[in-house]
Amino acid sequence: MGAVTTRRRSPGRTTPPETRTKPHDLTWRAKLRRDWPLLVMNLPMLLIVVAFWWVPALGNVIAFQDYNPYTDGILGSPIIGFTNFALLFQDPQFIRAITNTLSITAFQLVFYFPVPILLALLLNSIVSAKLRAFVQGVVYMPFFFSWVLVIAVFQQMFGGAGLLAQTLRQHGHEGVDLMTNSDTFILLLTSQTIWKDAGWGAIIFLAALSTIDPNLYEAAAVDGARRWRRMWHITLPGLRPVIVLLLILRLGDALNVGFEQFMLQRSAVGSEASEVFDTFVYWSGIRTGDLGYGAAAGLFKGVVGLLLIIAANRVAHAFGERGVYSRS
Amino acid sequence: MTALTRRKPARLAPWEERPSPAGQLGKGTLITLILVAVLGPLYTIVLTSLSSSATVNRAGGLVLVPDGITFEAYRQIFSDTVVSRAVLVSTGVTVVGTLISAGVSVLGAYSLSRPGSFLHRPLLFSVLLMFVFFPGIIPVYLMVSGLGLKDSYWSLILPTAVSAFNVVVLRSFFMNIPGELLDSARIDGAGEFRILFRIVLPMSKAVTAVVAMFYAVGYWNAWFNAMLYMDDTRKWPLALILRQYVVDSNPLPAATAGVTGDAPPTLAIKMAIVVIAVIPALIMYPMVQRHFTKGVIVGAIKG
Repeated sequence: MGAVTTRRRSPGRTTPPETRTKPHDLTWRAKLRRDWPLLVMNLPMLLIVVAFWWVPALGNVIAFQDYNPYTDGILGSPIIGFTNFALLFQDPQFIRAITNTLSITAFQLVFYFPVPILLALLLNSIVSAKLRAFVQGVVYMPFFFSWVLVIAVFQQMFGGAGLLAQTLRQHGHEGVDLMTNSDTFILLLTSQTIWKDAGWGAIIFLAALSTIDPNLYEAAAVDGARRWRRMWHITLPGLRPVIVLLLILRLGDALNVGFEQFMLQRSAVGSEASEVFDTFVYWSGIRTGDLGYGAAAGLFKGVVGLLLIIAANRVAHAFGERGVYSRS
Repeated sequence: MTALTRRKPARLAPWEERPSPAGQLGKGTLITLILVAVLGPLYTIVLTSLSSSATVNRAGGLVLVPDGITFEAYRQIFSDTVVSRAVLVSTGVTVVGTLISAGVSVLGAYSLSRPGSFLHRPLLFSVLLMFVFFPGIIPVYLMVSGLGLKDSYWSLILPTAVSAFNVVVLRSFFMNIPGELLDSARIDGAGEFRILFRIVLPMSKAVTAVVAMFYAVGYWNAWFNAMLYMDDTRKWPLALILRQYVVDSNPLPAATAGVTGDAPPTLAIKMAIVVIAVIPALIMYPMVQRHFTKGVIVGAIKG
């Protein structure tokens, strides 16, 4: 027996590696026999993805139910069709969440989006390599701070007892509290986003800058192009593909403006200024206990977000870019 | 893998104009302002946490000029169980979570790195779908509650254990490893696990370190999941303490051993908690910063 097994196995070992065999030539049985270790490796990830992604994704049926978790459960709750969605659009708070989300996205496209690009240009223009590395190290850092921390820092600077108010008071002025002012909230949150993320966001533009052929600059300089003309005619065209790609991706992600940042400051500035999609889902669903209604709001956001991403990818492909999911 | 910081020669090229003094001055001012905007707040927070209450009172708030260093605030924090326990919880969740996430992601990414393998497309698709659709806060909340994970530390780990982004970063790195190398190992009789641990992983140290750090930072910083699932204040991680105690200035939950009691926290203690929350990021950051290479980042962003 042993000898037979050995003889039967040994040719198997010397067969050419499977990359040479065309995959579709194999039956699924042969593939399974060959690839079962890969399936074992995939299993832990699959379990987590199924438990915390697929099952919840299907659990969105409660958006179409008069869901009562205690008496009826997900199987027994009555189906009410699109009633929850119809109610959403009569809810002024939901309309506010939509308008706030979209105006924050638009505002940040104008006042946040260019900042990492400008920062990358500034970093790239630092001649001393040591200084450049130091400045880079410093500006990337806040990306690794949590939102709680960023807000704690901003509160210490601009809050009612913060450094700004403290300095004003010491010079005989009124103290100000920018952390609870709902009129200037959009400025506050954009400054927070810039402080936290702009440095990190500059990395991709720095990478794009480093791929521009230095000979182009030299040739342009020899032809008499000064610093600003070189930036206009070489640097910016070199950055254009990345800028276009990130702009498209940002538009596809228009419904996501961040979440913790708003949850954390909701009580300080009030819901009128700070309500966005995700906070609405949390407050209307979990806080007030109307889970089906909140799930409807969440599902609405998920589906519209999905459509936006698909559209954004179409546009990216039309521009000859790769988008998020072209590979695979 | 050239680090970004080393890509540009450190001298002016012969054809470059000498910068004008005004331009240099403007640029220098701008850079100084940026550095002050990032480091200034951290400086005064660290300094305040190291100051005595007398110094804080004299300054009328945050301390800008050093006037004697004392570790009193830190001593008070760590003699009280609330913050010490939260630090322990956060550390434990971060360590266990990072090990699980990095392990699961490396295994998963490798299992998806072989186009044409059994069930390759559907398995890959199930991960890529996570990029474009989020099931929603409420269904995930119901799932976590349904599994009985409320008030369990697992609720802080499992729902966010797999990041599709990190899996795709690892996968695209694994796929760039020359196939001949893996084939020759296979001819020599190595199984997939041996190939992964003996060949692929040793070649992917940098990208694995960066992914592990992303996970670690995510776990340490996470606030919302803990807020959602942790009703038991004794199991609170540091992020919740930071919010309650520092941002909202509430007395510590279930304040125990005397020192803090019901009194609102002093500014030095608040700032010391901020410093403790920021330290892990400051420690991990330089260790992996040199790995933020063009490859990892650009590959990552383009997915």
